[in-house]
Amino acid sequence: MSYLQKSPWIIHYDASSCNGCDIEVLACLTPLYDVERFGILNTGNPKHADIFVITGGVNEINREVVKNIYEQMPHPKVVVAVGICACSGGVFKECYNISGGVATVIPVDVYVPGCAARPESIIDGIVQALKILEQKRIALKTTVEGTA
Amino acid sequence: MSKQIIVPFGPQHPVLPEPIHLDLVLEDERVVEAIPSIGYVHRGLEKLVEKRDYKDYVFISERICGICSFIHGATYCQAVEQVMGLEIPRRAEFLRAIWSEYSRMHSHLLWLGCFADAMGYENLFMNCWKVREKILDVLERTTGGRVIQGVNRVGGVSRDMDAAEFRRIETEIPGLRADYTELTRIFDEDLTVQTRTKGVGMLSKDMAWELGAVGPVIRGSGHAVDARMTGYGAYDELDFKPVVRTEGDCHARCLVRAGELFTSLDLIENAIDRIPKGDILIPVKGNPSGEYYAQTEQPRGEVIHYVKANGKKNLVRHRVRTPTLANVPPLVHMLAGCELADVPVIVLTIDPCIGCMER
Repeated sequence: MSYLQKSPWIIHYDASSCNGCDIEVLACLTPLYDVERFGILNTGNPKHADIFVITGGVNEINREVVKNIYEQMPHPKVVVAVGICACSGGVFKECYNISGGVATVIPVDVYVPGCAARPESIIDGIVQALKILEQKRIALKTTVEGTA
Repeated sequence: MSKQIIVPFGPQHPVLPEPIHLDLVLEDERVVEAIPSIGYVHRGLEKLVEKRDYKDYVFISERICGICSFIHGATYCQAVEQVMGLEIPRRAEFLRAIWSEYSRMHSHLLWLGCFADAMGYENLFMNCWKVREKILDVLERTTGGRVIQGVNRVGGVSRDMDAAEFRRIETEIPGLRADYTELTRIFDEDLTVQTRTKGVGMLSKDMAWELGAVGPVIRGSGHAVDARMTGYGAYDELDFKPVVRTEGDCHARCLVRAGELFTSLDLIENAIDRIPKGDILIPVKGNPSGEYYAQTEQPRGEVIHYVKANGKKNLVRHRVRTPTLANVPPLVHMLAGCELADVPVIVLTIDPCIGCMER
């Protein structure tokens, strides 16, 4: 287990969600669930983050913001789409302004469905993301060492 | 004076749980002007009313915002019921009032926590959210959902509470009241909170009225304006008294919300005492025709749902006027002249709910 898996830092962005999933993401950090005791920290700076937790169906104005945050994050990075809107657009799929899920803008590694996604399932999604993060780290290491 | 510079604030910013963008025009450390630009959460869901059955649309109206979800659903139902001339069971109105007050408490505790976090007082943030989980437990137990309840229907509500549940709620209330007393004491007396909030973000009584502030913002500036005073739903039978402060600063707005936590508990006790027996849902046939607007009090202030129908199963228009939008002009007024470091605290005192505002 690497240092990354022991203490992943997450960045959370609300890309046109109704807030339901956002307050559940925040609820993960507060006393009942308290993921900080496992070393998972919520950061506001994309350059500090390993896991991108994103909620909502991504509207037109948010496309660039989401891409921008994703590109600023250092490798290896994973994206967790939280809530059914982030997975597919959900009830807002037919809205004129919604692109229909995070996957239409950036690559998504873990999908956490639910409306709103429960804190337990969000934590489960993050734990699954850790495995992917580790695989990506190993892959990155071999490419870098292979070329050097 | 030095030259002016513009500092962008948001949309992605550590203190903002939701995206909003402000251009802050600064002279040294002092904000001269704040220019908001919005649209990061706009989904265009009012348009969906043309594609969905008016009964199914209840669930979309609940998803205008995940924090004030229950009251949005109830207000939409109230508007449609008025258009159709439906008299819904009295018990359903009482149940709606009870759940509305629970959502108000969960929203206010959430806000008090985020407000403490904006001041850098993380311990208080955690404590508020710890108490909030107790409210969410009740909501989950009685409706099945933590933040999106989904119990509103056109014609009533879909879940009832039995006598045992009411007794359980009553036994929990003294504990909650003790928690609230402790939290309010900290927000009222703590030196850290006082230094950060007293005299900051002033909104005078006249300005609040002129700019059309609603909810705790206008009640913190000395006006007793609360839609619950109009006695919609079951509120005509409940003993309601609005919480009003006259100082007009961030501290006053904070204490209005803290005071409303107690009001909500009183209203719930009241409602449990007076709830009549009977049905909770009446069958609804036919389609609505006509227009109406329903006005209710949300945690953030007065909300208006306007609906227009022409006898088909899809409504013609659904328009929501949310409290946050009404509170943005007062916010811009409060920000002018403040210090850059106070911006997060002042932005939070209007309890911005961008999800509601942009829909």
